[in-house]
Amino acid sequence: MLEVSGLGCLRGERRLFVGVSFSLRPGGLIWIQGGNGSGKTTLLRTLCGLTLAMAGEVRWGGTSIQLLGEAYRRELTYIGHANGLKEDLSAQENLLVAAHLVGQPVSRAEVAGALQGSGLAGREHLAVKFLSQGQRRRAALARLRLTPPRTLWLLDEPFNALDTHAVAGMRKIMENHLSQGGMIALTTHQDVAIHAADVQTLRLDA
Amino acid sequence: MMQTLRYVVFRDVLLAIRRRADVATTLFFFVIVASLFPLGVGPDPKLLRTMAPGILWVAALLASMLSLGRLFAEDYADGSLEQLVLVPEPLALVVIGKVVAHWLVSGLPLVLISPVIALQFDLPRDAIVTLLLALLLGTPLLSLIGAIGAALTVGVRGGGVLISLLVLPLYVPVLIFGAGAVDASAMGMDASGHLSILGALLLLGLGLAPWATAAALRISLE
Repeated sequence: MLEVSGLGCLRGERRLFVGVSFSLRPGGLIWIQGGNGSGKTTLLRTLCGLTLAMAGEVRWGGTSIQLLGEAYRRELTYIGHANGLKEDLSAQENLLVAAHLVGQPVSRAEVAGALQGSGLAGREHLAVKFLSQGQRRRAALARLRLTPPRTLWLLDEPFNALDTHAVAGMRKIMENHLSQGGMIALTTHQDVAIHAADVQTLRLDA
Repeated sequence: MMQTLRYVVFRDVLLAIRRRADVATTLFFFVIVASLFPLGVGPDPKLLRTMAPGILWVAALLASMLSLGRLFAEDYADGSLEQLVLVPEPLALVVIGKVVAHWLVSGLPLVLISPVIALQFDLPRDAIVTLLLALLLGTPLLSLIGAIGAALTVGVRGGGVLISLLVLPLYVPVLIFGAGAVDASAMGMDASGHLSILGALLLLGLGLAPWATAAALRISLE
């Protein structure tokens, strides 16, 4: 369970948000909303531990994520605004290396399956620099199709650059993840109806 | 743990193979700088022999620095540095992997080609062997120290110049003992003292630099 209490963050001199509190239980989804520059990405980065909070605390299973460190990082998948793909490697190589680095020893066949599921069949061996924006996003999101999935997904604008077909595919993956007890925190400007038992929304620029 | 290390090295070496031009630049820079001196100062063997250790080491130092800018900058730009920081292992381990890859790609080729370059300077055989050993100990140290500078300047505009300013002072001991070893050997003296100090510096660097680099990366990514 992810608990956030009294989280506050500064960016330069400006106060981005203060007093953000919520908790995310297994099967729960939190939709972080807010205008441009309201701190959605900063909040997600704070949830990963990439950015330190000025105030408040993020706890995983009752323990601060700063104390948990690697044990917490083993529970999460973060897909940021940037895709984190190497342009000179193919989608297949990118995914294979990324999975092994985070300790998910997947086989080539599994990686190929995940890429096919993301609609990149036939493009697996093409260097990422030759892929379109939408295809790159699909390749980055293909990490979520690898099994076993990490419990907590932190997704920054996952639907950016995706076509409606890919959005529908992602929605299904997310709903499936939630139904199996996963947790998702995401930001998006698109109106995507994700059906889950426990959906919260958090507005940052209130 | 070993798997993480292996895959970081694999990833960076694979990337370097895909972009061979970058690797070749470092090597050519070393060869050209070291070859310009004999042309510039004239073919006096005695003068060349005296200057050789210093020239070869300075050339190796500058060549190693040339590739430092790329160590973290590209990963930062495409977002994969964030993913590397989120790897569920100590960040210092990921840093060691990147430094090993950097050395394999930009340090090791210099070490291997240095005996050929040393022939241009008419160095005696003992001195060439010492040069090889000194570079073998010294170039990984250059990569380790350089990584700290590269991590501190991630995301900074004009970071290349800043890296040189940060890193060059720290390179000085490597230069002194590296060139000193070759010097001693060229004069027929025992170079093992210099080499031992280089070895000790390398161990010190291995123990400290990855942690310093990891801390610098975390600050740069905030």
